[in-house]
Amino acid sequence: MYNRRETGKKWWFSIDKTLIVIYVALVVIGWFNIYSAVFDPDTAGTFSLLSRYGKQLLFIGLAFIIAIVVMITDIGIMIRYSYFLYGVTAILLILVLVVGTEISGAKAWIRLGNISIQPAEFAKFTTALAFSKYISSPDINMKRVFSQVKSAIWFAIPMLLIMIQPDAGSALVYFSFFLVLYREGMSGRVLLTGAFVIFLFIMSMLVHQYWVIGGLGIVALAVFFYGKKTFGKVVVILFVFLVCSAIVFGARYMFDRLSPHQKSRINVLLGKEVDTKGVGYNVNQSKIAIGSGGFLGKGYLDGTQTKFNFVPEQSTDFIFCTIGEEWGFVGTTIVLSLFLMMLLRIIMLAERQRNSLYRIYGYCTASIIFLHVFINIGMTIGLLPVIGIPLPFFSYGGSSLWGFTLLLFTFIRMDSMRMSTI
Amino acid sequence: MIIFVGVIVLYWLRLFYIQIIDDKYRVDASNNAFRYKIQYPGRGLMYDRNGELFVYNEQIYDLMVVPMQIEDDMNWDLLSRILRLSPEECQDRLKKAKKFSRYAPSIFEKQISKEMYGQLQEYLHSFNGFYVQSRTLRRYPKPIAAHVLGNVGETDEKDLVANSYYRLGDYIGKSGLEKYYEEELRGKKGVNVVMVDVHNRERGSYKYGKYDSVAIPGTALHTTLSISLQEYAEELMKNKRGSIIAIEPSTGEVLAYVSSPTYDPNLLVGRVRSANYSKLLNDPSKPLFDRAIMASYPPGSIFKLAHALIGLQEEVITPNFAFSCDKSLVDCHSHPSAVSVSEGIKMSCNPYFYGVFRKIIMQGKDKNSSADSKLGLEEWKNRITKFGFGTQLGIDIANVKSGLIPDSAYYNKRYKGPWNFYTIYSVGIGQGEVGLIPLQMANLAAIIANRGFYHTPHLVRSIGDGGHTRKIDTVKHWAGIDSIWYVPVIKGMYGVVHEAGGTARRARIDNIVVCGKTGTAQNPHGEDHAVFIGFAPMDNPEIAISVFIENSGFGGTWSAPLASLLIEKYLTGTVKRMDLERYIKEAVFNNGIKR
Repeated sequence: MYNRRETGKKWWFSIDKTLIVIYVALVVIGWFNIYSAVFDPDTAGTFSLLSRYGKQLLFIGLAFIIAIVVMITDIGIMIRYSYFLYGVTAILLILVLVVGTEISGAKAWIRLGNISIQPAEFAKFTTALAFSKYISSPDINMKRVFSQVKSAIWFAIPMLLIMIQPDAGSALVYFSFFLVLYREGMSGRVLLTGAFVIFLFIMSMLVHQYWVIGGLGIVALAVFFYGKKTFGKVVVILFVFLVCSAIVFGARYMFDRLSPHQKSRINVLLGKEVDTKGVGYNVNQSKIAIGSGGFLGKGYLDGTQTKFNFVPEQSTDFIFCTIGEEWGFVGTTIVLSLFLMMLLRIIMLAERQRNSLYRIYGYCTASIIFLHVFINIGMTIGLLPVIGIPLPFFSYGGSSLWGFTLLLFTFIRMDSMRMSTI
Repeated sequence: MIIFVGVIVLYWLRLFYIQIIDDKYRVDASNNAFRYKIQYPGRGLMYDRNGELFVYNEQIYDLMVVPMQIEDDMNWDLLSRILRLSPEECQDRLKKAKKFSRYAPSIFEKQISKEMYGQLQEYLHSFNGFYVQSRTLRRYPKPIAAHVLGNVGETDEKDLVANSYYRLGDYIGKSGLEKYYEEELRGKKGVNVVMVDVHNRERGSYKYGKYDSVAIPGTALHTTLSISLQEYAEELMKNKRGSIIAIEPSTGEVLAYVSSPTYDPNLLVGRVRSANYSKLLNDPSKPLFDRAIMASYPPGSIFKLAHALIGLQEEVITPNFAFSCDKSLVDCHSHPSAVSVSEGIKMSCNPYFYGVFRKIIMQGKDKNSSADSKLGLEEWKNRITKFGFGTQLGIDIANVKSGLIPDSAYYNKRYKGPWNFYTIYSVGIGQGEVGLIPLQMANLAAIIANRGFYHTPHLVRSIGDGGHTRKIDTVKHWAGIDSIWYVPVIKGMYGVVHEAGGTARRARIDNIVVCGKTGTAQNPHGEDHAVFIGFAPMDNPEIAISVFIENSGFGGTWSAPLASLLIEKYLTGTVKRMDLERYIKEAVFNNGIKR
């Protein structure tokens, strides 16, 4: 308080300008693309605050205010109240199931007068904060499975609550915390096992389950004949084989119980179904939009696929199409690079934190942003199934932008504090 | 960190693939969002020599369909009711359209009238995937001049291969002036690249019309024909087969062009076209056949005029050449022997022109009669071709035949042995192998009217409207005969109409001096064909004409008076000889062909 000018100066010098520049760049590029996505040549020239780009401008303004508020907030207080904040969002997530407004099938919105907010978007931030605080405490040893399970409960709760909405996309994001666990000492085998299970899932959808089992059997035999043949080895192989078979049959069993449209979505993605007007329509149109952009794109506001609503949800989940179509390969490269730079910068900054909480939080931030980018862009270019999830800083929507702003700027604030001891 | 970089790089490579390497998406995008609306220009109009309209365009609409954009819950009943098609027919057409392309538009129903379009327009918004394209069809205010104007039809395989300008469903001139002046008349198609949104609504031009091109309307043709003369000529030719060509000698402009039987050109337009076309095609009287330029007839006695001129020019005869009417040489009618070229023409004496032709062919340049005849025939061929016989005359219409002028090669092949004048003498009186098209006959009249030359006969005098007209170039051809030799010939032609013993005295008109020559072309298939060529007035002629009536017998009986009615109509504007007009109109020569 007494040395405001000096601390202010220090504060400015200690914050990471690179991240802020990337953040501003992404938000600004995002806004221009939202403008383009909702741009209608018929009503060109009029600027309306009621339109999506107008509202997004307000959201951005508010996001900047949030960023500034975060930057002047005492990070210690924030950490002290992190469990409380986590509790509040958990309650909101329960509340939304009761009083939430249903939009496109998911009860994800709480309406307050004219504004609707999406608690799930804020839950990522509070979960990251609480989760970081929890596993940075000295009595947690991530080498131990018990600790891993206990930490996982922190993100399993919001994940489950969001699943119930149901908003599979947002729930999926919480898997990003596994990446953090991995960084903090969880065995890589867990990730590998997870990947293998996913592989088995996909294989069991693609080909008949007996083929998968057969393949597994051959691998098992190969492993058996390779090296020493001990009794213990046979038991392990048999056990793994049985578990894998159970997963395959289980996957099949679950798949058969999915609703037809969910089945279709998966089938289209796996290439088993071609349906360019039905389920595959979104993905197909999205690929067409991006693919038709070519190297330099069609020019700003000159996209035809995105402009005339061939691509659905183009200002929210499919905003990347607008970039692909109007800015071409150059534009998509720039956007991908910005995201990669942001992620690498966050990791870099996280690694230099002396405070383990800050480091873990940094990893949470990077992982959450990464999973969004991974799923969102993967979906628009047809590598992943259609999962409704926003592109961070880009997609239209206040809650999402504010959530990510809170998430990122809290980390920037933490980073700026790295020199001060707690 | 590796995961981050790995995923981003993977995505980046994927983007590289779909944005740069794979072209498929670009094509899909344009099919998706663009509609290439072809703007069909109206064909050029055609006017007669007085600026009266021959042909105009009527707006119609083609209903186009893009099968992919049709919605499952479309009201097909409503559409079939509006189009007055059965539901099955609708589905058939949809199937056909799908077979053509699911993405590209094709014609669902063509040539919808304005009235039907009005009803359709009201509901069009509910038929996703359908839109209308405006087209034009030819309309003829008067049902005349079908052959000369020609008709327009849809392009066929051949047209598409021959010229990349055309697409399936485009219209193209199929005959007559429509075919000859296709490039001028068709204009230039334009294209409007319109963006369509996901609901098939049009959302304006792509890039503010940067890729659009404007349809350029076809240019107008100002024809040389006179609607009133044409109409009258067709009226007179009713129930007769044959043709009429009238030419303005001083310019070569064709004033009337009739081939009979004819048909209403409106029959070959629009939806009724194909049914009518096959009906006309199968009609035994061959109404689609353009006799004026495609029928080659032996010219009969009118050919004597050319021989008189050649003989005089070659100086093998003099204007006072006398030759007795010796029926042992060639059959003739009863008349006194001719003592001059003029009398020979007036009385159309066959032995006289047997004599003239013998003098032309056998000039004694070789002792062997065959060799002498050969030399003579070659010389004759050079001379006679200068009259335009055996050529297409350069007239600006499609499918002109050139007739037949035999030469020594022709006779060598035909007789496979020696031949001489005595083998081919009938050519001297316009019989035998020689064949002329009616246009060439009228052109002969024009040459004589001009005393020595003809202008390329033509049907269009200028192209374009307002200040952008382009005159049609014509060439003045000298027929190879000095003008002094026309004096005795024209005197004979005067006698044909105006003197006792003339063969076409029915062609007399008060106050107008008509010069002419009758001909009777022997027809091995039935009654002889009658022909008359002539011009009027004798001094400063304004019209030269040929009238050819199949199977009507003697030229003086029908063809000559018919020609005189047209001359009267053209020169005075009205016809006063009502009795003669009725006599001609009531004549029927429809059943002359013996089968």
